[in-house]
Amino acid sequence: MAASRLGIVARRVGGAIPSLVGVVVVTFVLTRSLPGDPAVYFAGLMADAESIAATRARLGLDRTWIEQFVSYVERLFAGDWGVSLQTGRPVLTELSQRLPASLELTLAGLLFAIGVAVPLGVLAATRPNSWVDHLCRVVVTAGVSLPTFFTGLFLVYLFYFLAGVAPSPLGRLDFIYFSPPHVTGFYTIDTALAGDWWTFRGALAQLVLPALTLGLFALAPIARMTRASMLAALSADFVRTATAMGLSRRKVLWTYAFGNAFLPVLTTLGMVFSFLLGANVLVERVFSWPGVGSFAIDALVASDYAAVQGFVLAMALLFVAVNLLIDVIYTLVDPRVGLEG
Amino acid sequence: MAEALRKPFGGHFLYVLRENPVTVLAFAMLCVILFAAAFGPMLAPYDPLASNAMNALRPPSAAHWFGTDHLGRDVFSRVLVATRLDLAISVAAVALSFVVGSTLGSLAGFYGGWVDAVIGRITDTIMAFPLFVLAMGIVAVLGNSVENIVYATAVVNLPFYIRVARAEVSVRRTAGYVEAARLAGNSEARVLALTIFPNILPPMMVQISLNLGWAILNAAGLSFIGLGVRPPTPEWGIMVAEGATYIISGEWWLALFPGAALMLAVFCFNLLGDGLRDLIDPRKRT
Repeated sequence: MAASRLGIVARRVGGAIPSLVGVVVVTFVLTRSLPGDPAVYFAGLMADAESIAATRARLGLDRTWIEQFVSYVERLFAGDWGVSLQTGRPVLTELSQRLPASLELTLAGLLFAIGVAVPLGVLAATRPNSWVDHLCRVVVTAGVSLPTFFTGLFLVYLFYFLAGVAPSPLGRLDFIYFSPPHVTGFYTIDTALAGDWWTFRGALAQLVLPALTLGLFALAPIARMTRASMLAALSADFVRTATAMGLSRRKVLWTYAFGNAFLPVLTTLGMVFSFLLGANVLVERVFSWPGVGSFAIDALVASDYAAVQGFVLAMALLFVAVNLLIDVIYTLVDPRVGLEG
Repeated sequence: MAEALRKPFGGHFLYVLRENPVTVLAFAMLCVILFAAAFGPMLAPYDPLASNAMNALRPPSAAHWFGTDHLGRDVFSRVLVATRLDLAISVAAVALSFVVGSTLGSLAGFYGGWVDAVIGRITDTIMAFPLFVLAMGIVAVLGNSVENIVYATAVVNLPFYIRVARAEVSVRRTAGYVEAARLAGNSEARVLALTIFPNILPPMMVQISLNLGWAILNAAGLSFIGLGVRPPTPEWGIMVAEGATYIISGEWWLALFPGAALMLAVFCFNLLGDGLRDLIDPRKRT
């Protein structure tokens, strides 16, 4: 039983390989289909004929497509993702320094969304077609219809300009604080580990509004999926049996119904994560958050292609990894997996 | 299913509207948006591009309902005129992905085998990217223009159409009426195009409506970060971006009104999609 489950996990990991190959092929095509001569772009603005020729040789643009692809993959694995034109530093270094900021924001938004959307979905499912249900539907549809950049600005106006309770929307920490010693790169966790609760409050205050903005956007898919799968679970025979056996409503609802309804919700989280990684770019822009999204926007505006492609590739790899993680959790949590074979 | 619903459709339509007052609201909003897109430039009280430095950053008033922006342009006129461009971008993108996506999906669902495998692989690869991020990458490569925003939005929406079309075609592939069309001597391609394809249109319509909202958001998001539409063209995303600078100093009307227009349009298409889905398949309601 345990062995077969391990086998299934291994198969899931193997199943992610085609996606990885697809991602690398697409980013390769994106790199090579730049209008004009890629060597001119990658050599930089100040390049002369000689350095363009050197770049062409370094990128292998004078060889066949297949040879180019192989060397592209080799360089990716060796950690050579090119050099950012704007900062003059390796793209991989830039991205890995900024990734914790983006991840902290995305995860905070996701946690908020799960915390609100799951109870909302359960509430709607226990009272289908009531006013609670309709209200829930309108609220979550409104949430997904809000352009994230607009929600962010509006929250800034309300809580920074009018109410004055939020700090200025400029980055992860106000300049009066020192950044915490680097452990995880998540400021809230690092400050808590260092026991620096004053800075922790500062970091948390900066995080609340952008995380709320992201979370609002993610409410709808989670709440809808929770409602749908709760409805299905509540009408199942085992719930009727549990109710007939005289178990308390709370026990029936949360242990029996929700325990089963949670798996489809878990699967939806993958898609939600994809949305969040995209919305992250816009939210980082609004709140001047120093994450990978802001970096990518600056790179786009400056035609810094190596940086843009590094960003697209990094986000896709992250997304594939998250989907794999969800698959593996699903396999480990669902007792039915491995029994049907 | 949808085929069986045809006869009492009018009655069913009224029933769904009665059951779901929200859908009526969405229909009304759609009419307003289409009206603004069609007649916006004629109705606009001011020239959306005419700047007037003497009259900059004025709050909403009787003369300027939505106030004026940092160059003294009338925000109401700009929001109104932008409707057509925003709708045009998203409708063009959705139409493109509908045509390409439903063709590929139908072929995959109908023929199966290696056709299905290849098309499925393409779908999976697009879906392996966070979609907005992929759209950014495509615009970066193709070049920064409105046309390329349309292409990028179309590409990232493709998987949804491919999947729906594939699923709907493959369940109908061996249906009785399809076998009948075959026995009547129609070629396979003709059966797919004339017998099966019209029957997958209702579920595809739901997809289109849900997708239009997300296409508008996607295009506005891209122009918010400075891709596609260039100033001074009135467009909702870029107007919010221009207004963002003034939010911190309290001039809220620059960003609020275009943002609200954007939100209402997306909200309308999302509600409409839900309503259409109830109309076509009540069991799928979530």
